[in-house]
Amino acid sequence: MLEKADQVFVLLLHWLVGYLPAAWRPASGVLLCVVAIIAVYPTLFALAVLLERKGLGRMQNRYGPNRVGPFGILQPVADGIKSLTKEDIVPFNADALVHFIAPLMLVVAVFMGFAVLPMGRNMVLVDLDASLLFFFAMGASTELSVFMAGWSSRNKYSLLGAMRAVAQMISYEVPLLLSTVGVVMITGSLSLVDIVDAQNRYTWGLAHWNVFKPWGLAGFAMFVIASMAETNRSPFDLPEGESEIVAGYFTEYSGFKFALFFLGEYVGMFGIAGLGTSLFLGGWSSPLAVLSWVPSWIWFFSKVMVWICFFIWVRGTMPRLRQDQLMNFAWKFVLPMTLLNLLVAAEWRFVADMWLRWIAGMVIVVGAYVLMGRVGMRREHFGPRTYRYAE
Amino acid sequence: MLGEGILKGLAETAKNFAGSYVSKDRLTTVQYPEERIAPIEATRDFPFLVYDGEDWQAGLRCVACQICEKECPPKCIYIEKSKDKKPDYVGKPQIYPARFDIDISVCMSCQICVEVCPFEAIKMDTVFELATEDRFGGLLLDRSKLAKSNEYYHTIHPTEAAEVDARLAEEKAKVEAKARAAAEAAAAKAAAAPAAGAPAKTEPPAVKPAGGAE
Amino acid sequence: MSVVFFVLTAMTLAGALAAVLLKNLVHCALSLTVAFAGLALLFLELDAQFVAFVQILVYVGAVAILVVFAILLTRSAETPKAGGVFSRTWLAGLSVAAAVFAVLGWAVLESTPWLPQTTEAPAADVGQIGEALMSRYVLPLEIVALLLTAALIGAVIVAMHEKDGAQ
Ligand code: SF4
Ligand code: SF4
Repeated sequence: MLEKADQVFVLLLHWLVGYLPAAWRPASGVLLCVVAIIAVYPTLFALAVLLERKGLGRMQNRYGPNRVGPFGILQPVADGIKSLTKEDIVPFNADALVHFIAPLMLVVAVFMGFAVLPMGRNMVLVDLDASLLFFFAMGASTELSVFMAGWSSRNKYSLLGAMRAVAQMISYEVPLLLSTVGVVMITGSLSLVDIVDAQNRYTWGLAHWNVFKPWGLAGFAMFVIASMAETNRSPFDLPEGESEIVAGYFTEYSGFKFALFFLGEYVGMFGIAGLGTSLFLGGWSSPLAVLSWVPSWIWFFSKVMVWICFFIWVRGTMPRLRQDQLMNFAWKFVLPMTLLNLLVAAEWRFVADMWLRWIAGMVIVVGAYVLMGRVGMRREHFGPRTYRYAE
Repeated sequence: MLGEGILKGLAETAKNFAGSYVSKDRLTTVQYPEERIAPIEATRDFPFLVYDGEDWQAGLRCVACQICEKECPPKCIYIEKSKDKKPDYVGKPQIYPARFDIDISVCMSCQICVEVCPFEAIKMDTVFELATEDRFGGLLLDRSKLAKSNEYYHTIHPTEAAEVDARLAEEKAKVEAKARAAAEAAAAKAAAAPAAGAPAKTEPPAVKPAGGAE
Repeated sequence: MSVVFFVLTAMTLAGALAAVLLKNLVHCALSLTVAFAGLALLFLELDAQFVAFVQILVYVGAVAILVVFAILLTRSAETPKAGGVFSRTWLAGLSVAAAVFAVLGWAVLESTPWLPQTTEAPAADVGQIGEALMSRYVLPLEIVALLLTAALIGAVIVAMHEKDGAQ
């Protein structure tokens, strides 16, 4: 019975596909999975937006939306109807074609990433050999659509936002990639399915999640930071800093295209949360051996939702960074930490002694953290400000 | 150590998050249509015209001097003078506004009209639920909509209204005293000068009280 | 050779041609990206997943962005006036291009047996690529790494120098 519950979606798929002629089965199976992904994540998106608005409200001692439906739970529906029925305005000077393609490209690239995420036992659309790389490749192509959106709008705020976004994404992509390399080194595979399988083992009832190891912990922390920056989440939301540049690269978008950007941003967040979950938090595996009877997909989605809640929590807590702080943080703290973490991972791989590798790993990670926090992040003291006025 | 401040901040927001479910005091939001805060005396938004007595048409204090119309920065007041006259609060016959419109979609609530009015005839209101489906006619308030009684003025701005009443009463008393003095002087003169030929002067200010300033 | 192959080739060629022929520089850069993506898909068609993903990650994700940045930071993206697009040294450019093409063509002709291969395509999974890089090709890899590090340091020095000059 529990076995059935665990595999309910897989069985459902087989059952549905079973009605079709044999020749059509593979293609229609893939199609059904795609439809499922396209249906599930926007629903989660609506849920996340609601959670975000309510949660942020509560953190600021407000109620949050509570008018549409009981406790405001229908707010996303109202938002959706509103954005779908709004007029689609394209600026007169805009590059109409590029302006049109940009949001589509973003959403497509973002959704492509889910193809390789294992969302449960046997629940992965394509089990690629290099699925981690595929995910990052898709993530990298969102940058271009951001640039296209900003450039084609012919608006200085859009362009500034796009430049900020691209600079930030490029800077944080390096630590994001490097923070995952440790996992790849230890697991010896770029396939997310293998990585999750490797973590689905238990010692004394406790799972072998990567985050429970020194290199995993450091990698996890750096991954979280870099993923916030990659998805333009607060405190790294300079590209859409509304107090400075209106809405950044999607200033000139309205109606459905704006909704697409919004969707893309959140779905990208789910993607990166799912990736982080698979890499460090054991994907669909349960933390304790005694809880293994809970269906795997429940584990995966609840981990993703916890991750999203953490993002919301951070957003409610931290103010926005300044551009120079952002870059300093990326290049002087996150990047060196991830590089050092490679060393720790190598040490973990090659030191056989159980205790020695734990102690050495912890010492390097904690020592580097403290040292780099002291030295690298020393506050710069600016002199008295001078202003030059435009002539 | 790096990150300490972040952890502290996270703890703070978590406290707020949880606390807002536990204690009502944290939530400062007033859920407007169902809950309301008690009216605040200093509130002001749009002007209205004060009238005395029961009948708003008879009791309007405004004498259509058009000062407010001239001073209003966005020019949202429109006044037409009447042809006939009616007595004001001291009983002096005055013209009155045959038309007095304020376009509150233009009014910027600056209160200049109130400050310049020499007759305490225009005051600031506190109503705010003025939403309407007709964006032109619905927001153009005419005399009948603008006229509100002095009692209403007392309920929304008690302190200010009391001051205004005191001032008006004082003025009225002064006028009456002056009239009395003039009458007495005339009487004394008439008595002191038995010689004929002294013209019986009629004082211009009418002494008999008119239907104003109760 | 399948339909997919021809579609992808057409897409790649169209992108590359557009990159050369379009007037607006940003449009050129964007069509270049289309060509890059087409190449990546061709690799995928050839079952070379790793190369395909790296192609997207590096070329679409980084090189295209760099190109675009360079365009925006150095000169305006305005369309140049008619007649201003042709360089005066087009002859030299043409000969360099011809030489490069000749070398590439020679290499291709020399290396590929000009007959359709009947043996099974070698499966090049990530593990094999990694092993090859770390054993047989370790020297080139290290040389490239050294070169890139030098470039990185050079870029940092250039940037530092500018900052000093500004102060
Ligand atoms: S409201 Fe006052 S200032 Fe305006 S016309 Fe009437 S009396 Fe004059
Ligand atoms: S409050 Fe100001 S804007 Fe409004 S009617 Fe009076 S003078 Fe005009």
